[in-house]
Amino acid sequence: MSKTINLTLKVWRQPGSEAKGAFETYGAKDISTDMSFLEMLDVVNERLSVEGKDPIAFDHDCREGICGMCGSVVNGVPHGPQKATTLCQLHMRHFADGDTLVIEPWRSRAFKVIKDLAVDRSAFDQLIQTGGYISANTGAVPEANAILISQETAELAMDAAACIGCGACVAACPNASAMLFVGAKVSQLALLPQGRPEAAKRVQAMVRKMDELGFGACSNEAECEAVCPKEISITNIARLNRELIKAAFGSPF
Amino acid sequence: MKLDAKVPGGPLAEKWDKHRFELKLVNPANKKKYEIIVVGTGLAGGSASASLAELGYNVKTFCIQDSPRRAHSIAAQGGINAAKNYTNDGDSVWRLFYDTVKGGDFRSREANVYRLAQLSVNIIDQCVAQGVPFARDYGGLLANRSFGGAQVSRTFYARGQTGQQLLLGAYSAMMRQVANGKVKMFPRREMLDLVMVDGRARGIVVRNLITGEIECHAAHAVVLATGGYGNAFFLSTNAMGSNVTAAWRAHKKGALFANPSFTQIHPTCIPVHGDYQSKLTLMSESLRNDGRVWVPKNKGDKRSPENIPESERYYYLEERYPSFGNLVPRDVASRNAKNVCDMGMGVGDTGLAVYLDFADAIKRDGRESIHKKYGNLFQMYERIVGQNPYDTPIMIYPAIHYAMGGLWVDYNLMSTIPGLFVLGEANFSDHGANRLGASALMQGLNDGYFVIPYTVGGYLAGMPLGEVKDSHPAFKDAVQEVTAQVTKLLSIKGKRTVDNFHRELGRILWEYCGMSRNEAGLLKAKQMIPELRQQFWENVTVTGSPGEFNQTLERAGRVADFLEFGELMLIDALNRKESCGCHYNEAYKTEDHEAKRDDENHCYVAAWEFQGVGKEPVLHKEPLEFENVHLATRSYK
Repeated sequence: MSKTINLTLKVWRQPGSEAKGAFETYGAKDISTDMSFLEMLDVVNERLSVEGKDPIAFDHDCREGICGMCGSVVNGVPHGPQKATTLCQLHMRHFADGDTLVIEPWRSRAFKVIKDLAVDRSAFDQLIQTGGYISANTGAVPEANAILISQETAELAMDAAACIGCGACVAACPNASAMLFVGAKVSQLALLPQGRPEAAKRVQAMVRKMDELGFGACSNEAECEAVCPKEISITNIARLNRELIKAAFGSPF
Repeated sequence: MKLDAKVPGGPLAEKWDKHRFELKLVNPANKKKYEIIVVGTGLAGGSASASLAELGYNVKTFCIQDSPRRAHSIAAQGGINAAKNYTNDGDSVWRLFYDTVKGGDFRSREANVYRLAQLSVNIIDQCVAQGVPFARDYGGLLANRSFGGAQVSRTFYARGQTGQQLLLGAYSAMMRQVANGKVKMFPRREMLDLVMVDGRARGIVVRNLITGEIECHAAHAVVLATGGYGNAFFLSTNAMGSNVTAAWRAHKKGALFANPSFTQIHPTCIPVHGDYQSKLTLMSESLRNDGRVWVPKNKGDKRSPENIPESERYYYLEERYPSFGNLVPRDVASRNAKNVCDMGMGVGDTGLAVYLDFADAIKRDGRESIHKKYGNLFQMYERIVGQNPYDTPIMIYPAIHYAMGGLWVDYNLMSTIPGLFVLGEANFSDHGANRLGASALMQGLNDGYFVIPYTVGGYLAGMPLGEVKDSHPAFKDAVQEVTAQVTKLLSIKGKRTVDNFHRELGRILWEYCGMSRNEAGLLKAKQMIPELRQQFWENVTVTGSPGEFNQTLERAGRVADFLEFGELMLIDALNRKESCGCHYNEAYKTEDHEAKRDDENHCYVAAWEFQGVGKEPVLHKEPLEFENVHLATRSYK
């Protein structure tokens, strides 16, 4: 059943990307435990607005865990304490009365803070631009059932394709690596027969771009998998590495 | 103004082929001389951007989110229809066409719907080639399921994330064109005005949401794919950022708005739980394939569901609609849920919920099989509500979901403003008064991949267009107007927040222009909204400054437009003195309380022409002719 709790928030406030930021403390009183985390922030922001103060900026859109736009580090964990859950799907029943929550933006060289908790993740779009696609112009395609794909392969590809591009993996990684994000896309397309012709080129280009954009290298910490709201497995990173080795030897398969 | 839908002559099945042949072509070498603006990056905008760029046009694409991959198409769960007839169960282009016209309660344009059904098969081919991991059978062939209101299995799906996978397909095709230099992507930009030169759409004015700068962009044609207006109701299944602003500002520049009162209420959403609620979450209606909908027979029965014996449960859809049962179309399912709750049989804390029960399905097919089909949906429900659907029935209630109405377009998807095309949910064209499940994804991709590449070409080749630069005086005027509004919003410094006004507008619309409407209520709301709008402009508080990342300011502009648009919804609902699809006027019903159409007087598209804020718009009618589907009363009994 629903009840209310009182919380203390320590929120990272930073007016712009070049400005210096600092933690500010806010009381969040009478928060219903049925609220989502973002609804709790809405309530805090409504109160700030009424007082004429600048509300906390944070990105969000679908609020059903699929668009990948929301995400902050809560008490040191990207998307907060509940496993396999985006921040918008985290509900306040997982917190206790009197808790203090430290809320910060994703931090990494490749994701610049825009304001407060909102960051620039356009580096992810740039990664996809370098090869996260199959070159199939509209119209020039075979009949959908012309190429059979085993159910097992389709399911594995879907496991990888479930990535929502939120960036929690980067935020959790001590090296701020984007290996899980890139590994998921490389895996999805390498598993499917349609993606094979460009597999070698794709993996090489995406890995090169990842370095160029300032993402770190992977040192098998597996922090990314632990925080991924869609439970993308690090076996996708292993698959990326296999693809990279195959590409280096110039093997077509 | 006489509305000309430009539907080609000849037999229905040959219209599109004939039209494609008749449309003029732009010489391949000349395509690179044209700039096309696409606003919105959902299924329609993303697929249009990619396809137009592949043809050689220079495309500039805009979205309000941080990345084009966030567009709300991503949240569609259930699937996409296509008349592949892979299951050999009697499907055909004709049947998909027929089902869509009938499902829309005979308020859509036959020729557009037929083309949609015809092209549906190409969409699946395209998506598979892009690497969309659709569900497959053991033999490696694509799997299908039946979906809301259809008696054949024609729905393709990727777990409960079909929209995500299709959108990422379109997004990746578009990203490929960004790398190619043919699409220039402008994220975090909001279109605030349409710019017209010599009566044609020639550009847009946008606000850079990071810096606050007002930017001008000129082009030879403008494509709006900016989604639906469901957030007028504040609480809806739409994303928080979904809004009517781009469409509304185009409307104010002369594009007619069609059937704005046709809003679909989705029957299977998680019920409202508190005043602070920011949105409603939809549970895919594929759940109705296996779940049984019921309420306790005894009013106010507060026992927990497992303690209510079979004999005291009212499976109202199965009893009232024996042949369709739990699979009746969305409008019918929603109205019946409201009806049993209004009768006092609703469940949950608020009494505004019904059960969707999987106990029988789990008994029949096993927990594992149900988990495989609905695991991710059950998990989502458990996150939000804190209850486990394997053990206790899900609670659902209808919520605003999809806008069938939108900017009026002809067969070429061009609005009444030459050079302004409107795709996807933002236009009105294919779903009539009610959309069938798994048809929105089909329409968005159909418009973007397979219609607009031809019709934009036809428009551009059809007439010489002079050069227009973003230094043209028309841009200066638009910038001035947009800047003045931003300044005004920030200067009011009132006492009520933007969300507070938005919630009140939502309550008015839901109460008087929601699932069930009557003349007195609509008239009352028509008084309330202008009053609320006036209060907004006198007493809203918008913090911060114009030249920064200012989310309150963004929302304020959108709510200002919803406050104008809401009134048009009421005017449209008042005008339509019949019940059809999702527009249910209590005065027009059959003996057993089903929607009763008036084909004699209302078989038309109502397209409204803007006359000024607070002034009565002018109604233009596009008569609908049904030459191929016999006008009949929908029956799902």
